[in-house]
Amino acid sequence: MENKTPSFTKEQPHIINFDKKDCILSTKDLSVFYGGTTQKLFDASLQFKKKTITALIGGSGSGKSTFLRCLNRMNDKVARVDGEINYHGLDINKSNINVYELRKNIGMVFQRPNPFPKSIRDNITYALIADGERNKKKLDQIVEESLRAAALWDEVKDNLNKSALALSGGQQQRLCIARALALKPEVLLLDEPASALDPVSTSKLEDTLKQLRSDYSMIMVTHNMQQASRISDYTAFFHLGHVIEYDTTANIFTNPQGKLTEDYIRGSFG
Amino acid sequence: MHAKTANKIATATIYTLVGIVVIILIGILGNILVSGVPHLSWHFLTSEASSFQAGGGVRDQLWNSLYLLIITLVISIPVAIGAAIYLSEYAADNWLTGLIKTTIEILSSLPSIVVGLFGYLLFVVQFHFGFSILAGALALTFFNLPTLTSNIQQALEGVPQTQRDAGLALGLSNWKTIRGIVLPAALPGILTGVILSAGRIFGEAAALIYTAGQSGSIISFTNWNPFSPTSFLNVMRPAETLAVHIWRVNTEGIIPDANMVSAATGALLIIVVILFNLGARILGNHLYSKMTAAKS
Amino acid sequence: MNLENNNKENLKDVVNQALEDQTIKHVKLNKIGPDKANVDKLTKPSKETRQEYWGKGLTAAAILLIIILVVSIIGFIAIHGLATFTQNHVNPWKFLTSSDWDPGAGKNFVGAAPMIVTSFAVTLFSAIVATPFAIAIALFMTEYASKRGSKYLQFVVELLVGIPSVVYGFLGLTIVVPFIRNIFGGTGFGILAATLVLFVMVLPTITSLTVDALKAVPDHYRKASLALGATHWQTIYRVVLRVATPRILTAVIFGMARAFGEALAVQMVIGNAVLMPSNLISPSATLTSQLTSQMGNTVMGTLPNNALWSLALLLLIMALFFNFLVRLIGRKGEK
Repeated sequence: MENKTPSFTKEQPHIINFDKKDCILSTKDLSVFYGGTTQKLFDASLQFKKKTITALIGGSGSGKSTFLRCLNRMNDKVARVDGEINYHGLDINKSNINVYELRKNIGMVFQRPNPFPKSIRDNITYALIADGERNKKKLDQIVEESLRAAALWDEVKDNLNKSALALSGGQQQRLCIARALALKPEVLLLDEPASALDPVSTSKLEDTLKQLRSDYSMIMVTHNMQQASRISDYTAFFHLGHVIEYDTTANIFTNPQGKLTEDYIRGSFG
Repeated sequence: MHAKTANKIATATIYTLVGIVVIILIGILGNILVSGVPHLSWHFLTSEASSFQAGGGVRDQLWNSLYLLIITLVISIPVAIGAAIYLSEYAADNWLTGLIKTTIEILSSLPSIVVGLFGYLLFVVQFHFGFSILAGALALTFFNLPTLTSNIQQALEGVPQTQRDAGLALGLSNWKTIRGIVLPAALPGILTGVILSAGRIFGEAAALIYTAGQSGSIISFTNWNPFSPTSFLNVMRPAETLAVHIWRVNTEGIIPDANMVSAATGALLIIVVILFNLGARILGNHLYSKMTAAKS
Repeated sequence: MNLENNNKENLKDVVNQALEDQTIKHVKLNKIGPDKANVDKLTKPSKETRQEYWGKGLTAAAILLIIILVVSIIGFIAIHGLATFTQNHVNPWKFLTSSDWDPGAGKNFVGAAPMIVTSFAVTLFSAIVATPFAIAIALFMTEYASKRGSKYLQFVVELLVGIPSVVYGFLGLTIVVPFIRNIFGGTGFGILAATLVLFVMVLPTITSLTVDALKAVPDHYRKASLALGATHWQTIYRVVLRVATPRILTAVIFGMARAFGEALAVQMVIGNAVLMPSNLISPSATLTSQLTSQMGNTVMGTLPNNALWSLALLLLIMALFFNFLVRLIGRKGEK
């Protein structure tokens, strides 16, 4: 499995760069500290290309989820985050940023499906209504569009008033995606979205993500190498809080530059 | 001594002690219920207390207890919910929070007579409320706040963090997430906490004897004007509750049937408190299964 | 590995087939697309920012209210309680040690020692009686009984908590006091009666906290001890109880705090005579019983009234002290 040599020395990271106008998000020297002293992420500088799926891979404790949660400021309460995150020419890691507006543009789907204990419809409309949308027709339309986009519409269209908790795990996770899409974000962050799902649901979920790629920029943390290789365009490999390698998925999986990357991918594929 | 013998003796001792306690409880409940329930007649519940003759009832005391309970809950629930939300959702892990927690612990450790005397000093004397339902309700609020706050806090902390994450990731404010998602999810726990504290409030007397007072004025149940001194709704009138009634007829009362009245009132109190406890459990379970189960 | 891949491929086919079979093709119809990010909004406060101010403000206000309340309780009682010493010039040392209590007769007759001694006596005795029972019940619930048995006992403990203190007082008055009178003679009122009533009242407090303490002892300690051939009792006595000692002590102190502050039940059975107790079965008075029975008989601002507030202050200080003790033991237990 993962190479856990304690005498880990940082190799010169191999990191791909894009033209600035192709980037949707980029980070510069992003570091995360827990409890004031424990550093979980070290100087991560990555660029993310528009309308692609980027996979973040690495063992547990590699800092990939921590990194992901920085991108829409979900770490605000629990950790100190140093460094820059650029989004539309703004450093969104600054304190003057309105994190609520930010999160409407950069949505997030979590590891475990976390629908609200409300009806399917209310799960999707809740944030919209809170955002000031009162037009029922418009709301109905968004419910349908987002459920269709998340490939859930046909399964639930007759039961929109049913409790979301009655759905299967895979359906719940697609509902969570639909809920995020309803706010029409530019970027979708996915934190191991399939880890709690069975193979059929996972496959459905991956299809959904592939369909969404034409419109959305997605960054996805995953433990599952096959999944990363199946659906992502770019892949970044994290190890013990450092970005080791970042390249096209094809390159990472067929021609890794770093020894660590190679070991990890080999180990993971068995 | 041989280890096995010691083991046997210890086990026997433990079983004996447990048995004694169970017998004590059965004795207490049996005594109160057997001597009290037969007197719990409709007449007893619906007639006025008597000051020196036998045959009085507890109508006014019963109403006062309920009225005080309602007013106390109306005042303390919002404050307790606010404080609990602050502690579970907003408070950072620092010295200030530690100080706040210590303060609340101190409040919970104060004897209820001290809280009652403070209420007497502040409301009855300083603010010239006199012995009144309002002063009593405020004293009961002080007495009830720490427990209720920590019960609600536990209920809030029982809501999974993933629910908060879900709300925040949709661009909702913390406050909106708490109000719209966390609070409803914590509702079963909160309700259980409220009902349990209702039981405590209902049986409390020490905090009331110098705030709500030890005597009732003559009240009319047909006078609906809450500003009239004889109205049952007036909050500025003195009011004796069931628990205070038991205390008073036993310590200074001169009614000949004090024992019977006390037993009956005690039975009534215990029955109500047990109902509250059972109610809390049943309601909590019911709401919990209703919220997590699939609606179809 | 291959087999698994094949399986996955098959599943994928199944899923694709299922998707094909849908009457409405899911993504071919209306498409939801991202909105262009409104960069201006990202640096300006919004409705959510305002909600956040409100939420934080309201909840902080609730906390503030509680803090003000605690500070004013301590402040008010301290001011009134100290008046005995500052205005009426009662000697504080004499207040604590003299046993002459007749504040109406002047400042030389404000000796609270009888009540202090009685308060401590009933507290200590009831804790001493209750603790073995509490530990026995807690051990029974955590180490002996089945889940069902411990649930029943839990119910018993909760019922004991739920019984109002005046009911305990009433039972003390009608059962315990006559019982003592019949056996020992005298009036039956006194420290013994108060101890027996308080014993039942503090029992559930000590028990439930002791249960928590025992439950917190990791299971592998028990297993290790039993594996070494120790009997059940040896395991409990040498391992479980030893590990749980700091928390059991805390439980006992919580019980003592409750006993010390209990007013009405004690007042009903103690006899209410301010005399230095010479035995356990003669009438005496505690701080709380004196406050309860006399506060209404004195006039605000006079020495007899101030003296009572000094008793209240003493109660308050003891409550703070018990609190402090709990923290001290908690901190030592952590080390």
